Amino acid sequence: MNRRNLAALSLVPALLVATACSGGGGDGGGSGASGGGDVTLTYWASNQGTSLDNDREVLTPVLEEFTEETGIAVDLEVIGWSDLQTRIQTAVTSGQAPDVVNIGNTWAVSLQATGAFLPFDDAAMEAIGGADKFVETALQTGGAEGTDPTSVPLYGLAYGLYYNRAMFAEAGLEPPTTWEEMVAAAQALTDPDAGVHGMALAAGSYTENNHFAFINATQNGAELFDDDGNPTFTGDGVVDGIVRYLDLMQSDDVVNPGNAQYDNASLAVADFATGKAAMILNQNNANATIEANGMTPDQYGVVPLPAPADAPSDVASHVAGINMSVFANTEHPDEALQLVAHMTSEEVQTTLGKPFSSLPVLKDAEAVFTEDAEQAEIFTQIYNERSAPLPLVPAEDQFETTVGQAMNRMFATIATGGTVTAEDVREAMQAAQDQVQASVG
Amino acid sequence: MATTTTPAPARPTTRSPERRRRRRAGWWLPFALVAPAVLLELLIHLVPMLTGIWVSFTQLTRFFIRNWTEAPFVGLRNYQVALDLDGAVGRGLLSSFLITCAYTVIVVGVSWALGMAAAVALQRRFRGRAFFRTLFLVPYALPVYAGIVTWNFMLQRDTGVINHLLVEDLGVLDERPFWLIGGRAFVSILVVAVWRLWPFAFLMLTAGLQSVPDDVYEAAAMDGAHAFRSWWSITLPMLRPVNTVLVLVMFLWVFNDFNTPYVLFGTSQPPAGDLISFHIYNASFLTWNFGAGAAMSVLLLLFLLLVTGVYLLLVNRRSRRA
Repeated sequence: MNRRNLAALSLVPALLVATACSGGGGDGGGSGASGGGDVTLTYWASNQGTSLDNDREVLTPVLEEFTEETGIAVDLEVIGWSDLQTRIQTAVTSGQAPDVVNIGNTWAVSLQATGAFLPFDDAAMEAIGGADKFVETALQTGGAEGTDPTSVPLYGLAYGLYYNRAMFAEAGLEPPTTWEEMVAAAQALTDPDAGVHGMALAAGSYTENNHFAFINATQNGAELFDDDGNPTFTGDGVVDGIVRYLDLMQSDDVVNPGNAQYDNASLAVADFATGKAAMILNQNNANATIEANGMTPDQYGVVPLPAPADAPSDVASHVAGINMSVFANTEHPDEALQLVAHMTSEEVQTTLGKPFSSLPVLKDAEAVFTEDAEQAEIFTQIYNERSAPLPLVPAEDQFETTVGQAMNRMFATIATGGTVTAEDVREAMQAAQDQVQASVG
Repeated sequence: MATTTTPAPARPTTRSPERRRRRRAGWWLPFALVAPAVLLELLIHLVPMLTGIWVSFTQLTRFFIRNWTEAPFVGLRNYQVALDLDGAVGRGLLSSFLITCAYTVIVVGVSWALGMAAAVALQRRFRGRAFFRTLFLVPYALPVYAGIVTWNFMLQRDTGVINHLLVEDLGVLDERPFWLIGGRAFVSILVVAVWRLWPFAFLMLTAGLQSVPDDVYEAAAMDGAHAFRSWWSITLPMLRPVNTVLVLVMFLWVFNDFNTPYVLFGTSQPPAGDLISFHIYNASFLTWNFGAGAAMSVLLLLFLLLVTGVYLLLVNRRSRRA
């Protein structure tokens, strides 16, 4: 009897473990987009549409078509941007990874360094239709220079300066071609008493802020990392670039100090669409949000983000966008590559270009994200000719977090009545640089 | 009394062989019942702690997270970086530590005072006591995320209800202040943390007060003791065991608080709200430098162990003297 008791007792934890395992298994299984062959790929997609549900709606038919063509089922999960990087980190650490994943293209080199992703060598490139099919600068973001990339471009994005046509016409202004003209126009259109400002910025978003640190520094001809991958954030060009951007709120007074709390680009977009701001700097996926806020496409125009008149470079954007990677530990590498080939095919790129407001990453494809031919042409030109990739070094993502967050704090100081001098910026950049250096080794 | 009729000393001797046998038969049962808890405790607490200590001696960065065991051993370097007050990392950690100390002292102090005041106020029976008890416990019963996110909305500068109240309705302030960035962020996080924590103090102290017999108060009242005097001389000493545990638990919770800054500030965390758990999270997850993060965590663990040890030593010594 005693033994029986003991046996019964020891069964309890065993049963618990067993049910937990089977529960987990049940979750992982059946939710495929559609049945079909024996292979089911897991695909983590990033949030490109107006909501996670919207993404699922848009992607499901595309993936069903893939299943019909190949017999490979796809288990889709759409993950919001705030969670995606942590989810990927956890997947890399635990080895419990999906087969295919979307990544922010600026993370590509950082993720490549983990060794957790399948390199697109010649054979793999061939399997997805050849490296030649991609826009060159877009493909450059896929991995460190001189290596086989571990990601390929999926959706292209670029920054543009959106302006309110009616406000510009009323004030007799032309769309700016230099930074100075942009500031002058913004000053002319700022009327705090009426609740209108020349510009709206996502000044509390470290992801937005670091992009403008990069773009402004690059316009000044400065580099953020030296050839050995060590950070050089304290250079004059970087500091001046950051000061120029901060000054939009600090000394040019064209930005509502409340923007220091905007931790999300869509807040600035909403201000623009509702007439509270005459200009915004945003990637070309703003259109859906602008229109959702009641502004029609003919009411706004876009020009490249201008550089100062005497700047050595007229770079207007980083090569923004989303890349696609295959986890190296996938059991189905061939099938995973087939999915990448499908998603980067001309047909799917055209299908997804409109709902996701993305620029095509394929050389000869046409931009379909807007019906405004002029806007499509300007963004395509910015993406193909006036954008530079963020530093292609493993510590790039640390540049984004440390410098971006330092800029959040500096905007907060300005908004709460303090001043930020060039010396303060240099000090903050030194701190950011020390932090990055500590992990570069 | 009845005891005289019972041959008390004889009973164990006559029954002892039988009982001993029965005990021997079931001796394993208590151990078996406790075993899963002990095993899980080891698994859930001790193993990660030891792993963390090991990680703190390695340079576990993005290059090695796929295979942890290959991370190079760097000895005390992570600790040197964390404690080097000339470097940005060490300075950041120190400032976060000091902010967290101030935060902890204020939040625990105010929460305890509010909890005590409410518990004493509701000690006597009166109409509506149950209503107030329930009302006071609402913040504790709300899901953490929902509660703090609501504060986040209320504290927004341009759209928040607090500025609306202060500026438009009451006219106390001329300009809308920022509550979630800059120096005032510290005030905001204090208010939110106290709001969340004080019901717990209230709950514990209310439970403690149940064990204080009414006749002691009556006797004190007969001797002419006023309300404060009875609180000071009766309530406080009799609640001593509850307070000892309560203050320690609140201290540990508040010092390690992650949810409040994480949900209240999101990714745009102001320096004034840079609490240490969140600081360490940033140091490891945002920069992928898990070795450095682990070293900071071990330092935090040592500090908390030290404080807890000293606290218990002091409290026990005092209670032994008493």
